[in-house]
Order: sequence, then structure tokens, then C-alpha cells
Amino acid sequence: MKFPLSWLKYHLETDASLEEIAEAMTMAGLEIEEIDNPLEKFADFSVCHVIEAVQHPDADKLRVCRVATKDGEKQIVCGAPNARTGMYAVYAPLGAYIPGLDFALDKKPRKIRGVESHGMMCSARELELGEDHDGIIDLPEPFEVGTPAVVALGMADPVIDFEVTPNRPDWLGVRGIARDLAATGIGTLKTHDIENIPGSFPCPVTVELDWPEACPVFAGRVIRGVKNGESPDWLKKALKAIGLRPINFLADITNMISYDRCRPLHVYDLAKLDGPIRARRGKGEADRFEALDNKEYVPGEDQCVIADDTHCLGFGGIMGGTYSGVTSETTDVFIESAWFDPQTTRATGKATGIDSDAKYRFERGVDPASPKAGIEQASELILKFCGGEASETIVVGEPPAPPADIEFPLAEVKRLTGLDLPRDEIVRILEALGFAPKGEGDVLTVGVPSWRMDCTQKADLVEEVARIHGFDKLDAVSLPRPPVRREAPATVMQLRARYARRALAGRGYSETVTWSFCETKQAALFGGHGEGLALENPISSELDVMRPTALIHLLTALQANADRGQADPRLFEVGPVYLTDKPDGQRLVATGVRRVEAGRHWAGTRMPDVFDAKADALAALAAAGAPADSLQVAAEAREWWHPGRSGVLRLGPKNVLAEFGEIHPGILKALDIDGRVLAFEIVLDNIPQPKKASGLKARGQLDRAELLPVHRDFAFLVGKDVPADTLIRAAKGADKALISDVTVFDVYDGKGVPDGQVSLALEVTLQPREKTLTDEEIDAVAAAIVSKVEKASGGTLRG
Amino acid sequence: MTDTSNLDTLEAEVRSQIDGAADEAALDAVRVSALGKKGSVSLMMRELGKMSPEERQVMGPALNGLKTRLNDALEARKADLEARALDAALASETVDITLPVRPEPQGSLHPITQVMEELAVIFADMGFEVAEGPDVEDDFHNFTALNFPPGHPARDTQDTFFMQPDENGERKVLRTHTSPVQIRTMLKGKTPIRIIVPGRVYRCDWDQTHTPMFHQVEGLVIDREANMGHLKGTLLDFIAAFFETDQVEARFRPHHFPFTEPSAEMDVRYERVGDAVKVGSGDKWMEILGCGMVHPNVIRNCGLDPDEFQGFAWGMGVDRLAMLKYGAPDLRDFFNSDKRWLNHYGFSPLLQANLATGLS
Repeated sequence: MKFPLSWLKYHLETDASLEEIAEAMTMAGLEIEEIDNPLEKFADFSVCHVIEAVQHPDADKLRVCRVATKDGEKQIVCGAPNARTGMYAVYAPLGAYIPGLDFALDKKPRKIRGVESHGMMCSARELELGEDHDGIIDLPEPFEVGTPAVVALGMADPVIDFEVTPNRPDWLGVRGIARDLAATGIGTLKTHDIENIPGSFPCPVTVELDWPEACPVFAGRVIRGVKNGESPDWLKKALKAIGLRPINFLADITNMISYDRCRPLHVYDLAKLDGPIRARRGKGEADRFEALDNKEYVPGEDQCVIADDTHCLGFGGIMGGTYSGVTSETTDVFIESAWFDPQTTRATGKATGIDSDAKYRFERGVDPASPKAGIEQASELILKFCGGEASETIVVGEPPAPPADIEFPLAEVKRLTGLDLPRDEIVRILEALGFAPKGEGDVLTVGVPSWRMDCTQKADLVEEVARIHGFDKLDAVSLPRPPVRREAPATVMQLRARYARRALAGRGYSETVTWSFCETKQAALFGGHGEGLALENPISSELDVMRPTALIHLLTALQANADRGQADPRLFEVGPVYLTDKPDGQRLVATGVRRVEAGRHWAGTRMPDVFDAKADALAALAAAGAPADSLQVAAEAREWWHPGRSGVLRLGPKNVLAEFGEIHPGILKALDIDGRVLAFEIVLDNIPQPKKASGLKARGQLDRAELLPVHRDFAFLVGKDVPADTLIRAAKGADKALISDVTVFDVYDGKGVPDGQVSLALEVTLQPREKTLTDEEIDAVAAAIVSKVEKASGGTLRG
Repeated sequence: MTDTSNLDTLEAEVRSQIDGAADEAALDAVRVSALGKKGSVSLMMRELGKMSPEERQVMGPALNGLKTRLNDALEARKADLEARALDAALASETVDITLPVRPEPQGSLHPITQVMEELAVIFADMGFEVAEGPDVEDDFHNFTALNFPPGHPARDTQDTFFMQPDENGERKVLRTHTSPVQIRTMLKGKTPIRIIVPGRVYRCDWDQTHTPMFHQVEGLVIDREANMGHLKGTLLDFIAAFFETDQVEARFRPHHFPFTEPSAEMDVRYERVGDAVKVGSGDKWMEILGCGMVHPNVIRNCGLDPDEFQGFAWGMGVDRLAMLKYGAPDLRDFFNSDKRWLNHYGFSPLLQANLATGLS
């Protein structure tokens, strides 16, 4: 909302400076967005007096002027045809920035055809204060030299732009702003009572309210014999200052009152009206009309229109139609000052896309007690400037109930804010804002002004009191620490995320954060987006569904980094993926990607493979608290993984904690990603809840064997499809007490190994506890291992 | 035969052989020729038995002394030869230590998660827990329960992302703020409440200072006495702790949010230092967060009595806090996954924000 300072001062008696007014607005909750202060903007430019203008000795079109300026007498060379002795003009000193030319004058005097010029005299266009460029500004009367140029030109009025919060439609009228500022003590609200203009004949137009929920009250009056025309300068200037284009007086006056009192009006050409005026539901095609924005609309039945017997005249409270609009030829008018329901107005505004000043006000809530006053204020101005004869004012219907009184215990102010204010101050503030506090005890009964529909309960009044008293006067009090020892507040999931992130960053992955949404067809590569997770209004078609995986953005980011020449980028994200639109349909997933890329190094490098992805997944799982020893590995990763180089880590047959491996090359191709990529996804939610801690954090006893372990190697020939894990588990199971570890130290399928088979070499560690093992005992265990492994794997010990 | 001068001659001779031995084999040959069974010194010692006691008294110690000295010289020469051999061997193993090491990729943590951890630490110290909630929300939790009446213009300020309507015509939303978690927490009915809620939020807006997804942190205190003075104190304490300065100067301006009453915005005094800001000095105010006393309608919507329970809430941008503190100029970079940016603005995984060793 924009308003010129002079308009505010029409309502507010104050000596406060612009800065003080801006500060008072800010601290009362009227957040300043911009102040356009011509005095500041044009501070360099001031009135000068041309003592003498003579012909330049060396140029026909130039004059050399002796000029009295605020900086003393200056010699200025001027090319304007109207430069002459005795004139008052606008002086720009050396170094000044000339907005219309977009350059600054040199700081040192410049010679123009051999004559030094110490500044410039400006045209209106050079200052962007007008279009005139025929000559320099020629002030019509003498001003004291040094007077700011904008003052001499009558253009010094600052314009303040501030944010109107949705709860305060009364700030959409300058008088509402003045009222709040007066309450802060910066000035006093001037009395501008609107007088009732008596009518000299009955209103010839009748009004019927067919849809009272949308339009419960409608005031109107006819004025005959007006002479419409151009508005007076003060009105045009005021409208221009707030960014409105003056049209004609009747139109301008409705705009002015809309901004003055937040009271939208509409004026009809009486000659165009046919029968009673109705506020009713739209009738579709039958109501098709052209609105003042020159677009055609077809009002639906949920939209409120104003219509007569033959025409739809406009959307109520939003925009009138061209058919019945006033023109410069209009002589008889009907003025409408009604109240339209905010929700209906808002819905119609949304459906039609019309965003008018009237709609903006009605959807926020115009003072329901204001329709008659609006008529009277308009009548007074019309009669004064356009002449004519007014009918009686009619008011049809009943305004919505005014806000109810609020029972207001004075102690509420202290309870909610900590401010200890005397009763008098509370009452003073409320009264200054238009409230009517009554009662003598500790509880006031507060009448709420009709324009403050936002105030319905005690807390609303507390806000008014605290806001006007000043939030800056609140004492800051640190929140008392809880008196008892508390458990560390981090939840299990937060800790899982925290540790997984650190494990992955420690393994060379850079954490990133990517969009929660992705593109439908990308999601389809990874099983598709969940039900109910397509956006109705995506920011772009490439981000139109909630992602089923973080892999999409990580993979494309990997490629983008490679395209930028980043070697071996490794990225991870711990973030949500979305399965359903239910509150439990979101999972926290740690996802990582890296390229299959060995890099180069003088000492040689190793090509990373699926086991690196598996190691990363295992490390993150272990860090996040998963029972790493109990995890089973299975080649069961879903179809976007490489069918032969991927797997899952799971607990039991159903609970998959992680997938890892190479991404399927077909998926990479579809995403336009070069080369091969290793990845893993760990669903942190799927890690089982840790057992409840018993209270004591003491560790169990350390089991530290005294005797040296014994190592024995075995090689088995098994079918290629037999997982190594089968052999390891079988070997471990041969003597659980004695065998402390089994590792695979060689995998060989070359010469000497039959086709379809592979040789797997195991190293088994035996840890004796009570006494050194005898050769017989070791042989017995070895035999058990061979038998178990052969049985489990269907293979044979390699001789 | 008691003249020991020939012993001196012999010693000089053997010593010169020891010094001349080029390797351990040569040295051993010297040892054998002097001290072996048939060695020159051994042969002389064999003669002792034939000597008179007087002669023996002279020659015995002399020969023993000679033997000891030669043995020592042999040992010393041996150690010397070993050391030389090792030196030679090591010299052959020399590498160019200026060659670069094997590359080890450096991982890092994202500034957003770093700032979230800082927030968790600061507020844990004040007794706050970290609460979370879903990104896909229903209208009730994101709007209605927060006192945004259906059809109210305040909803327009949120640039809401909607999901396509389900068969009942209901549209889920992407939460526009972390405030729905206030509702979810209060609805559990357990008071007092002190929580912070960091998380992803979504608004349909995209330019240099807005991204369609960003991060907020919400705070909520509900008990029987928390008032606006406490709100101010809490936020000032937070700003001081977060920006690691004692000189916080803040300004509370009245504002409007549907879910708080009274509502305020907090500005802090600051000056720009490069892309980062210095809080507490300078002549500019920067809006940093919105806050207020929880609206009685919200308390009521969660089944609590606003005459009995009261409290305050605030919300602020996590990404913005990260930008201000660590000087990252463009919000969009936060979500670009540019490794150069991640390395530059990221944090070591060894760093754990805490009050004992610092936030970062």
C-alpha cells in the first residue's frame, strides 16, 4: 500500500519528520517496504538565478550564464534556447548524477568551446520529473536561491510504501494508518466527520438483494445533472503518487475514497440502467459481460454479480462492466456502496484472475458499517466538483453483525507479554484505536470497532496494547533451564542420520541436498512415484512428482560434476523419499553414488567395484547402529540395479536395509549418464530399534584369549552359482566355540578348475581357550569343516 | 723371551689387517689368522706353558691383553662393516619422496546439516528437543489447525504446492512451513513442550533468494508461564550463541501471522563483511525470523485450554542462517551438488558442533 505523506497528514496532525513517522510505522507493525523521498533523491538539485546570459563567443547555440547558486556565483555554459537573463532555473553542481541522462557531471569544470562551465541547468526530462525537454526548467516565480528543486516544483511529497498484513484491511485506507499512528503518540487524528447530504428527491433506483450471504447490505443514491470531467490537480497528483492513472472525476473519486477509507464504490451511468438493481448469483452465459478491463467474463452461480433486468452490470465488489460505466458524457449517476462477502469475493477473484483494488479490499474485509458513509463522502465531492442534485440515500439489507464485545481481564497483558502496564495506559491505547473499553473492575468489557473484524478474543487485544506500547519495551528474559537432568534429546533416527552421514563423509563422499521432487519419467525408471504424490502445481515439469529415490538427482549431479571436470566425484544425501502421501509414507534414506573410475597414479590404482559400494553401505549401516554381523546378503536388488553386480543387505527375508551395487547401464543411459556408476541406498527407518538401555553403561567383561590362535587354509571346488557366503557360514558352523573367523583369501576359476566351477580358498582361524590344541584336535576340526562345507555347498575339497 | 716388543709388532700388523678387511668374510679371515686355533696369537699363547713362571708372569697378561684388544677391534670393525652394508642397501632403496601420495577423496558435510546440528546443540542446552514431521501434509495440519481459516487471504502468502486431489477431492500439500509439527506435537497432549523442528519446506517460488524447497527451523514452547519476554530472551540467547557474539542487538517489530498473537518479526543489527554478516554492529537491520505467542485458537485446536497453557513459537530459514554465518551468496547453490561448492562450504566429518569445543 502506497500513500503520499501529505495524504497521511490530511488525517494526522503531526510535527514528526518523515524518519520519525517511518520508525513509528515500523514499530507499530506497518512494515515499510520503500520510501520514495524526492528531497533525498533530488538533493543535488536546487533553485538558481540567472544573473546574466550572454552569447557564447564561439558557438551560436550556446549561452554563457552568470548564475547565483547555493554554491555562490557560477559560470555555466548552457545550450537551452530558453536560457535568459533573470530566469529562475534548476542548478546541478559539478559531480551531480543526472538521472535522465544516466551519467554524472565531471567533478572538475569542463571547457565547452573554450569556456569553462561550472555545473549545469537542467530540463524536466533530465531530472525525470517530467517530459519537457524543449528547454531548461523555467520556474514561473522567484524562489530563494538554494531552495530544493522539488520544493520549487511542488514535487517534494514523499511516498511511503508498506506491507499491509492480511488481518488489517483498515490499513488499506490512509485514515486507518493515521489512526494507528495517532495511537502511538506521534500525532493526533484529525476529525473529518462525513456529513449526511440530504437528498431532494426519492432514489429512483430500487435494489434487491437476492443473495444476502454474498451481499448483505447495499447503499445507493442517484445524483442527477452532474458534469463529469477531468479531476482537479490535487486529486490527479494524489492518484499518480499511489500509481493510479487519473481517468475522469467520477472514476477518480471512487478510487480516492477506496484508498482514503478502504471504502470501494462503484458509479453507474443511470441512463444505462433498466429496472431494479439486483445483487444475485451469476447465471452463466446469460450474464456474459465485458468488464472495465475490456475482457469478457461469464459469471458462474458461485459468483456474485450486480445486474438489472437486461444486463449483467459487473462482478459485485470486484469490477464493473463497460456497458454501464460512466463516461465524460454521463450526466445522471447511481452510486453503489455495498458490502461483499470476503470468501465469495476471493473465490471469484481467483476464478477470474481479476485483481482489482476493490477485490483486494473486500476479500480482506471492508468495514461493514461503512456503506452509507461511502455514499455520503462521494456525494459531497461529486456535488462540490461536478454539481448536480442528489436523491435520498437508500440502504437495503442489514450489515453483518458487528464484532462482539470482548471480556478482557487486564492481567492478560502481563500473562502473555510480561509487560506490567497501568490500567490507564491499556485503556488509552484501546480507545485511541477506536475500541470502547467499559467497566471499572479487573475485567474490561471492550467494544470492538466495526472495522476491526480481526479482533475476536483477549489475545487480540493484548496484541493491540503491546504493539502500540512498543515491543521494544519488553524485557528480554532468558528461558529458565529445566531444573532436572534430562536425557539427551536426539532421537534414534536423528542419531542414525548423524552417524551415517559422518561415516560416509569419512569415506570420501561429499554430502549434498537435492530436491524432494523429480520428473515423472525419471521416477518411472525407479519404480514410479507413489500414489497421491503427483503435484498439481509443480514449479516445473521436471519437478512434478515426489521422488521415490534420491538416486535420480545424485546420478545427474554426478554427471554434472564430471562434465565440469571434477575427478572422481562421490556424493551422498541423507534425505527423504516418498512412498505414499500418508504421514508414515516417508522414509529417511542414506544414498550414495560414485563413478566406476580408477583415476591415475604413478603407483598404480584399482578400479572400484561392487564391493566398494557394499563396503560403503556396510560402514554406514554399522555407524547407524545396524547389527552388521547379522546382516544377510542376497542378490535381490531391484530392476534398476545391475542384475549381476548388485545385492541387498537384509535382516530376515523381508526387512531390506540396503541395496548396493552398480546401477543398471540401461537406467544410466536413460538418464544420460556416461560410464558406470556404483551406488547404495540405506533405509535408515528399517534398522531395528535398539534394545532399551539398562541404565548402566558398563561394558561386559573383556574376552581376551591367552593362547595363540591357529590358522588353517582350505580350498573347495564349488559350482559357480554357489555363494561364498554359504561356505563361510558352513565353515563357521563346524565348531562355533573354536572357530573365531573365516575369510576368503582366494577365488580362482582358471586353469585346473573344471568349467562351471570355482575354487574358493578359506582361511579358518581357531582360537583355543583352555589349552593348546593337539594335532588330533586340529585334524578333527578340519574334518568337520570339510564335511560341513561340502555338504552345504555341494562342492569338494580341492586336493 | 720376556721381550714384549714383538707383541707390539704383531698387534700393529693384525690391526692393520683388520682395518684393511673390506667385508665380513675378509674380517673373519683376519680373526682366524690371529685368534683362530692356529692363529698367530693363539700359537704364542700355547707357548706360555713352556715358560718359566717369571716369564709367564710378564707374557701371560700381555698376550691376554693383546687378545682382548684384537677381539674388540674385530667387533668394532664388524659393526662398522655392517653399518656400511646397511647404508649401502638403504641407499639403493631410496625413493623420490616428493612424489605425490595416493589420492584419498575428502568427504564433507553440507552446511545445512551443519547449521541444523548447531541449532540442536544450542537449543538442547536450553532444554529443547528436536521434533520432526512429514513433508506431505494435510490441509488441517498445515493450515486449518494453525488458524488459517479456509479461504483466507493469509493462505495466499504461502505459495503452496498442492498434490493432485484424491478421489474425495482432498488435496494434500507440501508443507509450507515446519509449523504443522507444532500441531502434531501439541496434539500428543504432553506438556510442557520445548521443541525445535528443523526440516524441508516447500513454496512455489524460484529466483536468486527463493528455491522451491528450502529448510526452516521452528521453535515451540508451551507451558503455564512462558511469555513474550521469554520469547525475546530465548531468541536473543540463540542469536548470540549461533553467531558467536556477545553483542546482539535485536528489534522486535509487530507483524501478523495467523498462528501467533501477538506476532512479531525480529531484526538484528548487522553489517556486511563480504558475503557474510557481522551481527551486533553496523547501521542496518536485517529481518531474521517471525515469531509470537501461540494463538489461543491454535492451542484450542490442539485440545489444550489457552487460559491454562500458553507459550511462544518462531520460525526461520536454516539455509538463510547458513548463508549469513558462512557467507554463501546464492541460495540456489545449496541444492546444486557442485563438488567445488560442497568442498568449499562443507564441513569436516570430524567436526561435531558442541558447547565444549565450539560450533564450527
